[in-house]
Amino acid sequence: MNSVTSVPSLEGRASDGGAGGYPAWLLGPGLAWTTLFFFLPLALVLVISFAARGTYGGVVWRFGLMNYLDLLHPLYFRIFGQSMLFAGLTTAVCLVLGFPLAYYMARTSPKWQGIWLLLVMIPFWTNFLVRTYAWMFILRAEGLLNTLLMQAGVVETPVEILYSNTAVIIGLVYGYLPFMVLPLFVAVERLDPRLIDAAWDLYASPWSVFRRVILPLTKPGVIAGCILVLIPTLGAFITPDLLGGARTMMIGNLIQHEYLVVRDWPLGSAISFVLMLVVVGAMAAFFRAERRLRQNEVRP
Amino acid sequence: MREVRRRVVQLFILHLSFCILCACQPAPEDGPKKTPRTWSAAHGAQRTLHYFTWSDYVGPELIESFEEQSGVKVVVDTFSSNEELLAKLQSGATGYDVVVPSDFMVAIMIGQGLLAELDIAKIPNAELIADNLQHLAFDPTHRYSVPYLWGTVGIGYDSTVFPTPPDSWSVLWDPRYKGKISMLNDQREVFGATLRSMGQSLNARDPSVIEQAKDRLIRQKPLVKIYTSDHYDQLLASGEVVLAHGWGGPVARAMQERPSIKFIVPKEGGTVWSDCLVVLKTSSQKDLAMRFINYLLDSSVAAKASERLLFAAANQEARGLVPARIRDNPAIYPPDALFPRLEWMTDVGDAIRVYDRAWTELKMY
Amino acid sequence: MIRRRAWLRRASVGSLVFLYLPVAVLIAFSFNASRLSASWQGFTLKWYGVLVGDRALLGATWNSLFIALVSTAIATGLGLGVALGIERLPLRRQQVVEGAILLPLVIPEVMMGVALMLLFVMVKWPLGLWTIILGHATFNIPVVVVIIRARLRKLDQRLEEAAYDLGATVWQALQRVTLPLLRPAILGAALMAFTISFDDFIVTFFTAGPGSTTLPLKVYSMIKSGVSPEINALSAILVLLSMGLIALALGMQREAATRN
Repeated sequence: MNSVTSVPSLEGRASDGGAGGYPAWLLGPGLAWTTLFFFLPLALVLVISFAARGTYGGVVWRFGLMNYLDLLHPLYFRIFGQSMLFAGLTTAVCLVLGFPLAYYMARTSPKWQGIWLLLVMIPFWTNFLVRTYAWMFILRAEGLLNTLLMQAGVVETPVEILYSNTAVIIGLVYGYLPFMVLPLFVAVERLDPRLIDAAWDLYASPWSVFRRVILPLTKPGVIAGCILVLIPTLGAFITPDLLGGARTMMIGNLIQHEYLVVRDWPLGSAISFVLMLVVVGAMAAFFRAERRLRQNEVRP
Repeated sequence: MREVRRRVVQLFILHLSFCILCACQPAPEDGPKKTPRTWSAAHGAQRTLHYFTWSDYVGPELIESFEEQSGVKVVVDTFSSNEELLAKLQSGATGYDVVVPSDFMVAIMIGQGLLAELDIAKIPNAELIADNLQHLAFDPTHRYSVPYLWGTVGIGYDSTVFPTPPDSWSVLWDPRYKGKISMLNDQREVFGATLRSMGQSLNARDPSVIEQAKDRLIRQKPLVKIYTSDHYDQLLASGEVVLAHGWGGPVARAMQERPSIKFIVPKEGGTVWSDCLVVLKTSSQKDLAMRFINYLLDSSVAAKASERLLFAAANQEARGLVPARIRDNPAIYPPDALFPRLEWMTDVGDAIRVYDRAWTELKMY
Repeated sequence: MIRRRAWLRRASVGSLVFLYLPVAVLIAFSFNASRLSASWQGFTLKWYGVLVGDRALLGATWNSLFIALVSTAIATGLGLGVALGIERLPLRRQQVVEGAILLPLVIPEVMMGVALMLLFVMVKWPLGLWTIILGHATFNIPVVVVIIRARLRKLDQRLEEAAYDLGATVWQALQRVTLPLLRPAILGAALMAFTISFDDFIVTFFTAGPGSTTLPLKVYSMIKSGVSPEINALSAILVLLSMGLIALALGMQREAATRN
């Protein structure tokens, strides 16, 4: 590829550290880029979150904690709580839908496995907006679902699903289900089927096979899947915007609102930072939970 | 912590290795090689004018005929509220030449020093502006702006649902229409309607009055199906809502699909607005911008815009050129009798923070 | 045992239907003659005709392609450098650097969008095609690093060692041994980065300026103005495009497999 040849040419021999390596400075440009366009902007967000806003927007360089004090308003807690609830619910539904699918895929014949994997992957490769729009098309009052329901005589008047929290959850689950299935699939595939057979041979009930053999052994996959679903849903922006009718706000929408509607960049920055803390906290909590479970496993 | 990091890394490898699993080898270079054309088009020999306008103001054929006669390429970008426009300009989107803010936003933009003075000699068509739009308070002498399209804000409703037409904003608080109401996704307009329904000015600055309006809006929220400035015409036409707080134009568009749709400005009064053509101070081709503005204000061009976008043309002659069904539609051309109860929106100064805050609270609630 | 399988199979097929039905329905209705209704009123191709004539859409597609190509090239180059260079660091520092490089993957995208916007505003860098490219390259670097490193670990180190034993310089070893071996991973990473960039909405939304409307931004503003058969048609094209991409990928993979 062209970009490869753009790596500066290297003179001289391999350095003394021995074979199998390339000079460490090769990572310099990439690291510099990430510092410049990722860490610097993040630092800027942090700094601005302590500044004040101008009347019509912009930033006034007068520092204080006022934005964070603003966030103590119960309404902000509500938004954060609601977003976490939505994200948690979405993750749970994805797990329940995704586990059987992943398990079946991992245990089917190799030929079919490729096809199933492909089928789960394709939506992942499909534009997110398109997939969200598909639900608008289906759920709206004049949409497909209502047309079918009314033709079948199930309902008299259209069911109002679009522009509700239900629609948002449906959209989120739909958007992030592949993120759950793929890591689960890897985990189940690595699972030695003989362990499960052994459990059956010992007359375990299906539930205890699942709980005591399958689940503990696939835990890394479960955690990977949960994190991959939880993090993007916490910051979700498109789904609540399009399927919630601008009535439902999640943190992502609140941040966009602060920046692009009311032009309060300092407050928006403060919210962004709290969101980052929540995300990091959620991840830490997951890992801790996992470690604790693993320790329990050791005991009888 | 190291453990955590190692795990995160593993998880992502796990996940991403799947992404390659299905797509290991195709070369993206197979894509079209002509791409730099976009780049050269934006920076190359041909002159380009950047026009930043409302999402429902785009009439491609109007732009194309200007391109044909001038040899200039016009690139159109859109926004859907005045606040979004201001935010975009403040965030350094400096490449635009001509933008279309509403009245009160023109005032704010003048105050912020964002606008270039117009060379009115280059815009002779400005003289054709109707009398009632000639000397607007925010810019009485067209120093910075010329009115382009104008109209009112009111309620679009389905007359099959309302045998006696609603005449008050209070219908938007009527629980019988729960889930059948759409409101504009526009803070000043939503508060404006509420303030008028309370007998206050659209431009109230008293924080306690704005707070009261907010409380009323929070009470209304369960009844509202959607806050949208973009597609209430479709919602009205399909019957998904029977009451839509909105600009006349989209309501008129809904009438074309569903003739039972009607438009009123409630008795408590509503907004009269005018979107204006302005040139940004940062524009590098102000002459061309003036020429474009003059073109848009031309009687026959403005008439075409009025017919296509279903808003009233500020150009007095254009009014005579549009078909009667458009000229006589009160949703498009506000009848004279309406004027006593219409109010212009103005810049509310520092009170804008109170509005911002209240709007955020309403949206969060 | 067999009963259990049947249950799993049904659930799995159910999930697949859930994943596919909405998009399939969308595509089917892009051929529906009726503008507003969701009932079938005859076959038509006219919505596709409307799209072909839409100049703004065409311009947005070009912008998206340009942004995706340039940002992919940047991200792949820088990411490859990071993946190769990082192996050499002492373990502790390697973990710190890796954490830093991968962090953009775990930060909510909205946050990255606003942070970049603030940066560009503060340094007075006008928003436009190039600010979008910078943003996309930034979130694509970790993607490239992860994919290439995964492959690097599986490489047989002895091949490189052999090259050095035969007196190759670092540059020669890289060019003659490592890069050819990494080729599938580099191409895979580039394709992944290309797709992510082409589909990205959020970071683009915050960093776009005059004349830099991309396809997703355009689709978003179309969706905002309501459901319409043109969007159905556009969706169908986008879906078929990504399917074509995957088909291409699989075809090439198979070809590579048979060659070996």
